[in-house]
Amino acid sequence: MVAIVDYGVGNLFSLKSSLAAIGADVTVTSNKDELEKADQIILPGVGAFEDAAKKLKDSGLDKTIKDLVNNGKPLMGICLGMQLLFDKSYEYGEHEGLGLIKGVVKPIKDDVSVEYKIPHIGWNPLKFKGAVSPIFKYINDSDCVYFVHSFYAKECDNSVIATAEYGAELTAAVASKNIFGCQFHPEKSGTVGLNILKAFVEIKEGDIC
Amino acid sequence: MITKRIIPCLDVKDGRVVKGVNFQGLSDVSSPITLAKYYSECGADELVFYDITASSDGRKLFTDILCETAKSVFIPLTVGGGINTVADFDRVLKCGADKVSVNSGAIRNPDLIYEAAKLYGDQCVVISADVKRVDGVFRVFSKGGRENTGMEAIEWIKRCVGNGAGEVVLNSIDTDGVKKGFDLEMLDAVCNAVSVPVIASGGAGKIEDFITLFNTLPKVDAGLAASIFHFGEVKITDLKEKMANAGIPTRIS
Repeated sequence: MVAIVDYGVGNLFSLKSSLAAIGADVTVTSNKDELEKADQIILPGVGAFEDAAKKLKDSGLDKTIKDLVNNGKPLMGICLGMQLLFDKSYEYGEHEGLGLIKGVVKPIKDDVSVEYKIPHIGWNPLKFKGAVSPIFKYINDSDCVYFVHSFYAKECDNSVIATAEYGAELTAAVASKNIFGCQFHPEKSGTVGLNILKAFVEIKEGDIC
Repeated sequence: MITKRIIPCLDVKDGRVVKGVNFQGLSDVSSPITLAKYYSECGADELVFYDITASSDGRKLFTDILCETAKSVFIPLTVGGGINTVADFDRVLKCGADKVSVNSGAIRNPDLIYEAAKLYGDQCVVISADVKRVDGVFRVFSKGGRENTGMEAIEWIKRCVGNGAGEVVLNSIDTDGVKKGFDLEMLDAVCNAVSVPVIASGGAGKIEDFITLFNTLPKVDAGLAASIFHFGEVKITDLKEKMANAGIPTRIS
């Protein structure tokens, strides 16, 4: 069973449908026990960082997720859900994230020239970094995935597993032990995206430590 | 490098695709779900569902079909037609739409874009403009291109983007249906006026029209068409292969 964390941020219809399409048993929940029982957890998110981080904190889900992940449960953050994995975001101010992966979230516009439109919307090829991550085992370098974002993660040290070229090398995906993050939307990235989700739900607690 | 998007547009009325669909080998060509799946498999980068239903029964049918489609098609879906209020945004976003395009609704209520962008983010709101030259001036038309609003188009589009529209679909009434190529002059004027993605619509008749579009105007992000895809005059797999061969950044799936 894979659990999508429901904390009132964004629309989970497509994510749920995409997991169902690859045959995964899926639940959408904010219940601690259900998250504990799940084989994997997905942290989604669309919208503003500050609001999302506050909702996680107010509901106590931040602590639940951290505890489960520190005990080895596989976690994937998607889009804003990925950005929440880092130490801090500078989206309209300065806000604390979950601190599960080292890095900070900054505006794309500070690092690219004006002809690059913001938000970065569309299909961009992935450039793999380092050893091929387990979540990429069914896809290839240069496969395209769908992005919609205005901020991106920086100073992530060696956790970057893929980048996307858009006037700068944008962090597209990260991994650190049992924690994964995708800046793009696998649930909107056609077969390539489904194959990433499929690889993720095959990862079990204790597979990677 | 971000790739140039190819977007088929499906006009849906009472739950069926209308306006000349003629595909061989598809069992139910007027089923939006079947067509959406087919286009997704051919490499379409995004789909537009345009609701041309007038009745409320038809509208319910439309959202049901949208939900069904979003359960099996995993590329971005944009929905347009009949979007007049924030509640309309909510209705289609809940069914799996990623973006919502507004046209006459924004003309009637100029606050709609601002309100929707504040709630759902700029990336969710698309301004679709039907534009035609009248005495040498680009004018915005409403009601499916039937009524001249008298508004100057570039100023209107700039205002919509200023209010939070994250993308522009420019449909040139002058080239629409003519199949002699996109309206490069009009598109150039819009691309130079706004800094958000611009989608070209109206006028594509053959593969070369897309190549000319992206080579002449590298600022254009996507090309949209309907009947040439529906009738198989342009096959998306061929189109994307030719685009890639012409050195245009293209997603080959």
